[in-house]
Amino acid sequence: MKNRTELSLYVPEPSGRPGDEPDFSNVALQDAGEQRCPDTLTPEIELRDMPYGLIRVLDDEGKAVGPWTPDLPADHLLRGLDAMVRTRIFDDRMFRANRQGKTSFYMKSSGEEAIGAAQSLCLGERDMCFPTYRILSWLMARDYPMTALGNQIFSNAEDPLKGRQMPVLYSARDYGFYSISGNLGSRLGHAVGWAMASAYRHDDSIALGYVGEGTTAEGNVHEALTFAGVYRPPVILCVTNNQWAISSFSGIAGGNRTTFAAKALAYGIPGLRVDGNDFLAIHAATNWARERALGNKGATLIELVTYRASAHSSSDDPTRYRPKNEDKAWPLGDPIERLKQHLIVRGDMTEDDYRELYEDCEKRVRASIREAEAIGTLGQSKPSVKAMFEQVFKEPDWRQIEQRREVGY
Amino acid sequence: MTAMNMVQALNSALDGKMNEDPDILIFGEDVGYFGGVFRVTDKLQEKYGLTRCFDTPISEGGIVATAIGMGAYGLRPVVEIQFADYILPAFDQLVSEAARLRYRSNGDFWAPITVRVPYGGGIFGGQTHSQSPEALFAHVVGLKSVIPSNPYDAKGLLISAIEDDDPVIFFEPKRLYNGLFEGRPDDAVKPWKNHPLADVPEEIYRIPLGKARTVREGSDVTVLAYGTMVHVALSAIEECGIDAELIDLRSIVPLDIDAIVESVRRTGRCVIAHEASRYGGFGGELSALVQERCFYHLRAPIERVTGWDTPYPHAFEWDYFPGPQRVIDAMQRTQEV
Ligand SMILES: Cc1ncc(C[n+]2csc(CCOP(=O)(O)OP(=O)(O)O)c2C)c(N)n1
Ligand SMILES: [Mg+2]
Repeated sequence: MKNRTELSLYVPEPSGRPGDEPDFSNVALQDAGEQRCPDTLTPEIELRDMPYGLIRVLDDEGKAVGPWTPDLPADHLLRGLDAMVRTRIFDDRMFRANRQGKTSFYMKSSGEEAIGAAQSLCLGERDMCFPTYRILSWLMARDYPMTALGNQIFSNAEDPLKGRQMPVLYSARDYGFYSISGNLGSRLGHAVGWAMASAYRHDDSIALGYVGEGTTAEGNVHEALTFAGVYRPPVILCVTNNQWAISSFSGIAGGNRTTFAAKALAYGIPGLRVDGNDFLAIHAATNWARERALGNKGATLIELVTYRASAHSSSDDPTRYRPKNEDKAWPLGDPIERLKQHLIVRGDMTEDDYRELYEDCEKRVRASIREAEAIGTLGQSKPSVKAMFEQVFKEPDWRQIEQRREVGY
Repeated sequence: MTAMNMVQALNSALDGKMNEDPDILIFGEDVGYFGGVFRVTDKLQEKYGLTRCFDTPISEGGIVATAIGMGAYGLRPVVEIQFADYILPAFDQLVSEAARLRYRSNGDFWAPITVRVPYGGGIFGGQTHSQSPEALFAHVVGLKSVIPSNPYDAKGLLISAIEDDDPVIFFEPKRLYNGLFEGRPDDAVKPWKNHPLADVPEEIYRIPLGKARTVREGSDVTVLAYGTMVHVALSAIEECGIDAELIDLRSIVPLDIDAIVESVRRTGRCVIAHEASRYGGFGGELSALVQERCFYHLRAPIERVTGWDTPYPHAFEWDYFPGPQRVIDAMQRTQEV
């Protein structure tokens, strides 16, 4: 009986709580440009170091450096920036609308806008994303009408989802945006199934699924990864590691033992760890995975390292469980500032241009929200109660018909 | 005695039991440092330490599975599933494992676990923060399902659930956590403070599982309800003037069949109210039991007042929720025969 100590139960704790100084020394970083960029068709066995590095393109000055630098025209970057800025403004306004009782609930994606925007613009029109509630910038980048977003959030008469869903749980098939559910992790397997179907049909469309780092603990996620490893479907599975899952730090999901990208190793698929606040790096890594998928080499897991800069939702108060100013201390900065800086460094934008872009975004967001508010906010206007009984099945059965009559519709 | 809302009463039950029994461990999503999204486990980590009240990965299946393992070892875990809507990833663990461990091992192993689950609507939570899945669990032989309707019962029932050697699902009507709700959304929130059942002893006490409470005696009709619907039904009765007897079932497994039969035989009429959708809801079981045991005493068809057979819709919360008017209509229908 050598080397034995008394057993004790281990429960991980974060580096800081309210009152402590923010401390991100546990987040493994790598300088921009340092991570190698293997060929997209490289066998998985030769990629097993990748999940421990960090793919970054934008350096601290805003220059694009290293082998992952994508060749993107200025208008592509500007489109991405426009989507990110509108997402931030829209989020702020809707959060306030919630405070004013205009909607029951809201969730912001502040600090994470680069992810949906970069990936939306990287993937094709026929590809399908299986989003979480924090991927609004996907829709913004594809110019989904912001008034329709507002109508959904206000559950008003023009709500495209007929008042059936909580705010922000959108669905927009024509924009490559699968229906969101409140249940965490339950659609990752759908992304894999979608991709398997595409392979079966010899199609060229791929799928991209998202889960938060907290959600990687769900059995659903591991089931999806297993199928992704076994059938090699053209799918990109993304973990948005924003450090927090409501009040639980990423270590509660196992994040201080290894990286989330490294989960891929056990499923035999490549895992990339990417700076999630770096529009260019996200684009490059996503494009790498897409090329690989379209080369019939199967799935890739991408961890996007980012930070949830605001509250979990309108029902949450993060000052109760995490250090103040953590967002300011976050080592990977603000995705909007970084892309803006890059455009300036490239010579494709001036501070004045940016101000103009920002004001234009503000104007468009404001006009759209006004339009939605004019139709009505929560309780002032709603779809016909008839809609409550529709779409349960393709055709209602006698229960919905009888009950609809009972309420007089 | 202290005036407590339901959150405080539940917290007091957990605190009292943890203080008394070191084998009680509490875990679940956000229950540790933060004290739970509804604050039911507030301060318990601070008081009892990191290993007795802690956060878990977001894995309901994992939470229940590890609770069963701990329970089999000899601990008495009390776990929280953040919303009843999210208990389904744990369904297999509850149905195939917790419910049958004792039976299949002939008493070699058992699962003395309590699974706390906020349930029910009325908070604009849409389809995934409003559901009432009790019927799914009532159907599973080997699981107990408890549903309190007020702070006093919540504490006494939770203590009994924790002490019970079988797995108990403890459904907490979240719309009642911080105040009374009678299904009238336009009324101002009524704090628990002035309600007689908010007078909660600080010390440990027990309310046995399977004992219903007669909320109001009456002779015209028996109304069976649990959770939030108890208050909706009471408010309906008070409004319409029918002399109804209201029974708060408190637990649906075990069920106080004697109380139900005795009352319905006396009144000859029965209305069953629950928030969950109608088809295959627990009201169907109650209706069958009443029909089987009270057939010759019944003077009117049994009425069910329930949510509609649709998912829980966000904007139509109050069109879906079985409010007092629907209870009144049902009671009146039983009087017309
Ligand atoms: C199956 C399930 N369990 C629990 C919840 C409650 N819940 C909603 S969001 C959340 C945290 C999710 O964290 P993460 O996956 O990291 O995503 P993030 O919110 O950080 O983007 C929890 C526990 C849920 N929605 N679904
Ligand atoms: Mg997270």
